[in-house]
Formats: sequence, C-alpha cells, structure tokens
Amino acid sequence: MIKVKINGQEQSWDGDPDLPLLWFLRDEAGLTGTKFGCGQALCGACTVIVDKEAVRSCITSINDVAGREVTTIEGLHPDGDHPVQKAWRQVNVPQCGFCQAGQIMQAAALLMENPKPSHDQIREAMAGNICRCGCYQRIENAVHLASTGV
Amino acid sequence: MNFIDKPGKLRGFEKNIKVEKVSRRSILKGLGVTGGFVLAAPVMTRQAFAYETGAGKMPHGVVVDPRVFVAVAPDGTVTILAHRSEMGTGVRTSLPLIVAEEMEADWSKVRVQQAHGDEVKFGNQDTDGSRSTRHYLIPMRQIGASARTMLEQAAAKRWNVPATEVKAVNHEVVHSASGRKLGFGELAADAAKESVPSIEGLKLKDPKDFRYLGKGQVSIVDLHDITTGKARYGADVRLPGMKYAVIARPPVTGGKLTSFDPDAALKVSGVEKVMKVQGWPWPSKFQPLGGVAVIARNTGAAIKGRDALKLVWDDGANGRYNSVAYRKDLEEASRKPGLVVRREGDADAALKTADKVVTGEYYLPHLAHVSMEPPVAVADVKGDKAEIWAPVQSPGGTREDVAKTLGIPEANVTVNVTLLGGGFGRKSKCDFALEAALLSKELGAPVKVQWTREDDLHHDFLHTVSVERIEAGLDKDGKVIAWRHRSVAPTIASTFAAGANHAAAFELGMGLVDMPFEIANISCENPEAAAFTRIGWFRSVSNIPRAFAVQSMVGEIANATGRDQKETLLALIGSPRIVKPNVKDLWNYGEPYDSYPIDTARLRKVVELVAEKGEWGRQVPKGHGLGIAVHRSFVSYIATIVEVAVDDKGKLSVPRVDTAIDCGTYVNPERIASQIEGAAIMGLSLAKYGAVTFKDGKVQQKNFDDFQVVRMDEAPLVTNVHIVPPAPDTPPSGVGEPGVPPFAPALMNAIFAATGKRIRALPIGKQLEA
Repeated sequence: MIKVKINGQEQSWDGDPDLPLLWFLRDEAGLTGTKFGCGQALCGACTVIVDKEAVRSCITSINDVAGREVTTIEGLHPDGDHPVQKAWRQVNVPQCGFCQAGQIMQAAALLMENPKPSHDQIREAMAGNICRCGCYQRIENAVHLASTGV
Repeated sequence: MNFIDKPGKLRGFEKNIKVEKVSRRSILKGLGVTGGFVLAAPVMTRQAFAYETGAGKMPHGVVVDPRVFVAVAPDGTVTILAHRSEMGTGVRTSLPLIVAEEMEADWSKVRVQQAHGDEVKFGNQDTDGSRSTRHYLIPMRQIGASARTMLEQAAAKRWNVPATEVKAVNHEVVHSASGRKLGFGELAADAAKESVPSIEGLKLKDPKDFRYLGKGQVSIVDLHDITTGKARYGADVRLPGMKYAVIARPPVTGGKLTSFDPDAALKVSGVEKVMKVQGWPWPSKFQPLGGVAVIARNTGAAIKGRDALKLVWDDGANGRYNSVAYRKDLEEASRKPGLVVRREGDADAALKTADKVVTGEYYLPHLAHVSMEPPVAVADVKGDKAEIWAPVQSPGGTREDVAKTLGIPEANVTVNVTLLGGGFGRKSKCDFALEAALLSKELGAPVKVQWTREDDLHHDFLHTVSVERIEAGLDKDGKVIAWRHRSVAPTIASTFAAGANHAAAFELGMGLVDMPFEIANISCENPEAAAFTRIGWFRSVSNIPRAFAVQSMVGEIANATGRDQKETLLALIGSPRIVKPNVKDLWNYGEPYDSYPIDTARLRKVVELVAEKGEWGRQVPKGHGLGIAVHRSFVSYIATIVEVAVDDKGKLSVPRVDTAIDCGTYVNPERIASQIEGAAIMGLSLAKYGAVTFKDGKVQQKNFDDFQVVRMDEAPLVTNVHIVPPAPDTPPSGVGEPGVPPFAPALMNAIFAATGKRIRALPIGKQLEA
C-alpha cells in the first residue's frame, strides 16, 4: 500500500506502483486540474509540486512520491488567490487555458526558489511548459507581476 | 427569454458553467415548446444594416430568438447560452457579452451556459473559419434587443404607461417620468409572457452608448476556473462506472489490422479488456480508423496495456508515401502548366518578353495541430440513445455523425460541449467522439477515449504539404508586368472523396486566386496532387503557404529591384480599389462580395499603420533585420513587421513583432490582441520547426521532442498589436486565424535583411547554420 499526501489529504494506492502520478491524480483521485499533454515530460501541462519542487507528474510514478507531499493546482491556495493565480487573472493570461495549471504550478515553484526572478530567469524557468495558444508574453508578465506584488 | 421559477441543481460536468442556481433542464424545457419564433433564415436585412453576411447560408443558418438564448431568474440572474465552442478565442464570453450589452444586462449578473449540439435549435454551431463574431454580432444584438424590449413591455404594462416611456438601464427598467424602477428579476415572469418582437421593428443601441462592446474591459468567463484547475475540458469529464480506453490505430492511413495478441496486455495491472474497434476505409470523412482498444480502470493502465499489445498491420496502398520523394513530385508538378484557375491578360507571353523574371519555389511541409489537449471524448451509449461529452468545434456535426455511425436517430444523441484545450481545426473532426461512441455501445458502459500525444501526431488530419511556385516578370523599370503562381498541394477534399486531386474552391480562395496585386498579366494555376494521408483544416489553412510564397516573393522583387520592401509591397498592391479577380465563382470565405470585397485601400492602410507603429526603417543592430508582410484572410486585413536577430552561429531570435489588423467592427480588443500575440508564436513555430514527415506511409515524429513548437525562451520578446478603428457600419471579420499567415513571410524577409539568405523551404531548421 502506497501512501501519499495530496493537497494535505492522505491518499493510498494498492495498484501498480509504477502508475504515473498524473493518472493517479486524474483518474483515481479525481483531481482533474492537472493535465495530460505529452506523457514524456516535454510539455509541462502535468506539473505539480512535490514537497517544494516542480515535478512532471506524467513521468513520476506514484511509488516515487510515497510518503511525500504533493500539491496540485486544486491545493495551491484554498480560495485560488495565490499571488501567481491573481497575477494570471490580472494579466488575462489564458486563451484555451489547458496548459495553465501546469504553467501556474511551475511559476509558483519558481517563486518559492527565487522570489525575484529576472525576465531572463523567468523565460528560462518556464521554457519547459508549452503553450500552443502562445500566451508566453503574458505568462512572463504575470510571473513578473506575481514576484513584485499583485 | 425564459423565466426560471425553480432553481435546481446541475448534473455532471455542467457544474463548471457557473449556473449554480439555474436548472439547465428547466431552461431547455421551455425551448422546444415555445420556439415558435425560431427564424432559421438570414436575418440581416439591408433595411436594418449596411451589410449582409453569409451566416444564413451556413448549415441550419441563424436562430434569433431570445427564448432560446436568454433566461432570467427571479433573483435577476441572467443566463445566456453560448452556442459556439470555446477553444481559446474568447467566443464563449464575446457572444454572450453582445447579448448582455444590447439587453442592458449587468455583466456581473450574467451567467454563461454552454449549449449542447443542436443546430435546429441554436443555428449553425461550426466553430471554425473565424466566423463567430462576423456571423453573430448582429444576431446576438438582435437577441439582446428582443429580450430588452420584452422586459420594457412588461414594465410598461405593470405601470400602465406607454412602452415608449420606459427604458432598460443596467439590469432595471426605469420610468423616468415617475421615477419608478423594476429589476430584471422582478419583471422576468411577465416578460416571458410577452410576444417576441419582430426583428424589423427592433431598436438597437447606439454604439456610442456601449458599455462593453469594443472596450476590452471584460475578462473571459472561465478565467477564475482556469486559474484554479476547475475548468472542465473534454478529458475532465468523469461519469460513474466510466472505463478508460486508448486505441492502437493503423500506423498507415487506410491500413488494416491483420492480427493481434492481447495476452500480454491483459496481464497488465488495471487492464480489463482488449477489443477491436470498427474502422472505415480511407477516405471516409471523419470516420474512425479502427484498430484495437485497451480498456482499463485508468488511463495509465490502458496506455501500459496498449504498449504490451502484439499487433500486425496491413499497411495498404499508402505505405508508399515518402515525404522526400513526394516533395520532388510536387516541385516537378509546379514546373509544368496546371489547371488555370485565374487568368487576366497573358502571363505566359508577358513572362517571355519581360526584362527580368524573378522565380521562387516555396515549400511548406505537413503541419500538425498539436493542441495542448490531445483528442479525447466520453460517450455513454444505452440502447438507442447516446450522450457524448467532447471538446468539439462542431457540436452539430458531431451529433449527426454519432447518429449515423451508431444507426440511431439524431434526436437520440446529446452532444455536450466541454471547453476545448485548443482546437486549431483539429477538433472540427469528431473521429475521437465516434470512437468513444462505438466503444461505449459495445461495452455497455460509459467510456473515455484518450489520445496520447503520439496518437495525435500519427493520426492527425494534417495541414497539407505544398509547393508554391511564383514567377514575376519585371519590365525595364522594375514594374511587375506578369505574375504566374502555381500552387500544388493535396486537397482537403481528398478526405471526403477518393481521387480528389485539385484544390477545392475554398482552398483556391485562400491566397491564390484572391491575390490583390495590380498586375496586368496574371495566371494562377493548380496542377494535380494526390493525397496519401488525411488532410484537414489547420488554423488559417491554405493561407499559410500562399502568404508565405506571395509575400516572400515581394521581398525577392524588392531585392531584385533594389527597392524598399514596404514600398515594393505598396507598389504591387497599387491603387485603392475593389479588386475583381477574373475567377468563376470566387470563394470569399462564404461572404457576399458586396459586403466583404477585396479592398486595397484597407490592405494599404494596415501596411501603413504597421509601418508607422512598428517604426519601419528604424536602425537595427548588426545581425538584425526587419521584414514586412501583409495578407487578407477570413475577410480581415493584417500586416506584420518582424525584427529578427541572427547570431554568428545562425541562431535566430525575435526581439519584436508589430501587427496591424483591420477586422472591421469588433467586440473585444483585448482578446484580439491575445489572438494576434498567439498567432505570432504559432507562425514562429511553423517557420522554425513545423514539419510532419512520412516514411513508408508512417509519420516519423512522435512527440514534442521531434515535432517542436516554440517555447517561452525563444518567443518574441514583444508583440505589439495595432487595431484599425472601424469606420461606421464596417462588417466584422475574422480574428482567430488571420494573424498566422503573414508571420512566416515577414520573418523570411527579415532574415534576408539580416543575413542575405533567402529561405524558401520551411521549416528553417538548420538552414541558417550553414
């Protein structure tokens, strides 16, 4: 039995220990905010925070996070008012919105590690997250806004 | 307009649509019963408006009935239906916003509800062709005005005063003479009993009184849900007892399953079943390819199970499709005369006598849509009834196709439209929903079919592959006197009918025969090209290769004559005039030519505006270059200037992009800006990396590592969007697609300015490194 804390709640799994965390979250735990985009850690749509690190849940097995704390978009802030989320709304970042949970989790992890990133640091840190609609300019501005106070 | 007296609870995924107090069932109840005023006909009359659109000619036309689209609850909550699909353009906000504007509803009290697929009820729902605003600006205004009038009439009756003395203002009706006011909620029950006013008698608001339209102050309705993970896309639908499926499809289009061994797959933990999926011969429009489905308790198990399948395929005739050889075929075809699709003067003769001929042969490979949400659908088929939840651009078409595929009446099919995690034309084809329907029927349980990214790349309805060859004949003074453009590409029609070898009218009309230059001798030709895979609409469609070729050629002519790119472009566009191409049945994006002619004054205007705002001719550092391009598509006019920087290793970056757009009368300039910013990214992606290639009939790319798209660290640093203020009564035109076509040629012209290298074959790849 694998035990993992997700958004503060303990969850358990006695199936395939190699099951990617992404599918545990989405299909078994019903946390569909985390998205499937590529399955190969190439696009960042499935990004969650494990302890304090941004992690691609599509290539992370449920076994890899046993005993650790996973935060998904649903658990980032109880009212959805994390500075990154607020900044996203102020800048009107999303188009289709599908990649945005991953983008927001990546940005939140970046700001935990580096509260005042430069524009170059933002562009580098966010380069693993693809947005096919092309919201990059606004993502960059929103991360900057979140880092300077929303 | 409906009156809702019993707020209820919503079921299933519809919880996300923020209509917590309003029962969808009760809204729908009123619709069929009271729908006597459904007008499935063109409603934009010349008496009322200065222009007509092609909306009425779309399948099922336009429905303008406030009782279909608007409901008012006693607490004043106004529910407005969005009947078009949201894939990122903002249409789910913009169309209801138009209704709210005209109805004098307070947007903070408006809830948007997504309509299911039913074109008889709602009018055409095909969300493609950059049509939503241009076809629905007027109908949505009429719906809002009707609802407002009904509320005003109800108030006038209540107060026993003439209707002319009352006025709706911001969610209330006011009788200013007596100072009395009644909220929309208080009037709802009475207003619902009022007859629907005639379209002809409606009074629309004076645009100067607009609170929302044209202002760009309203954020998309799903913004909060998107940023908190609550927004529901196709993949997020969960039903009790739902199974998860992935499908192994024939690797070659038209291939068939020879044999399979499910044993290893069935041993995978979580896998419950392995079953064949019915396939249709190629081409068969959007019907499934067939294959083998793995059914499991979660998607991860289904994918692992599929990996363990042993499969033997018969590749069939398309197994000979090889991109390297096919490119040569296209090039050869472009060097010989083809079917003439536009002729003015005698281009062949003029090219022979020209002082100089500039020739360019431009190649653009297949492109894949790769929307961030891969195709996915949930189906629940019980007996002769089917319910579908899917991110589809064509809810009505999906409903028809599901009914046909299952052999049940269309009335028994419900298509619930989720948010689309990107569409770009891919989700106009409902094959993934048909797969889910077939599997659910056979399983007797709800099922979700999830495509992986590899599936998406291997079984897309790809953007075509093309060679565009242009020869421009110049006289002694450098004036272009002859233009011969041969366009060779497999047609989208080949997905519908075997053996379609020539471009369809709608493809010809996308940048080939509608070429706007003032040249005496023009020949546009379309040599044959056979298709060997599924070809489909990709955002901007044929405009991408045509604009790439035509606008690159402008740069080449500028270089050949030693003139400035922008001046060369304006000289080619020529005098301000309405272009009348000598083309039988010119396809004009489905719009009447009188309302939406090719107007070179507007084309010139966007060139001049982008040149001014984008500081054309500014000094740029060494290694940088500026390029310009203009293109009319989806009846909008767009010009782009790209500044590129190429370092000594051939690595390119884009410091700045400026785009000017004239899309006529517009609704939400903030969303226009977002579309154009995104179009620059998509344009840069296809220019730098875009190529799906085939070997022995199989797509060679698998995922975002070998089908790359632009990431943030290589995105343009700044994209400035300049919107032309519309003249009064200018019809609205497209926004979602027109931003893409001018980007690549502007970039190629900029690269030439920076490096002296002319790139004629996309993607750029390593061409600058040599």
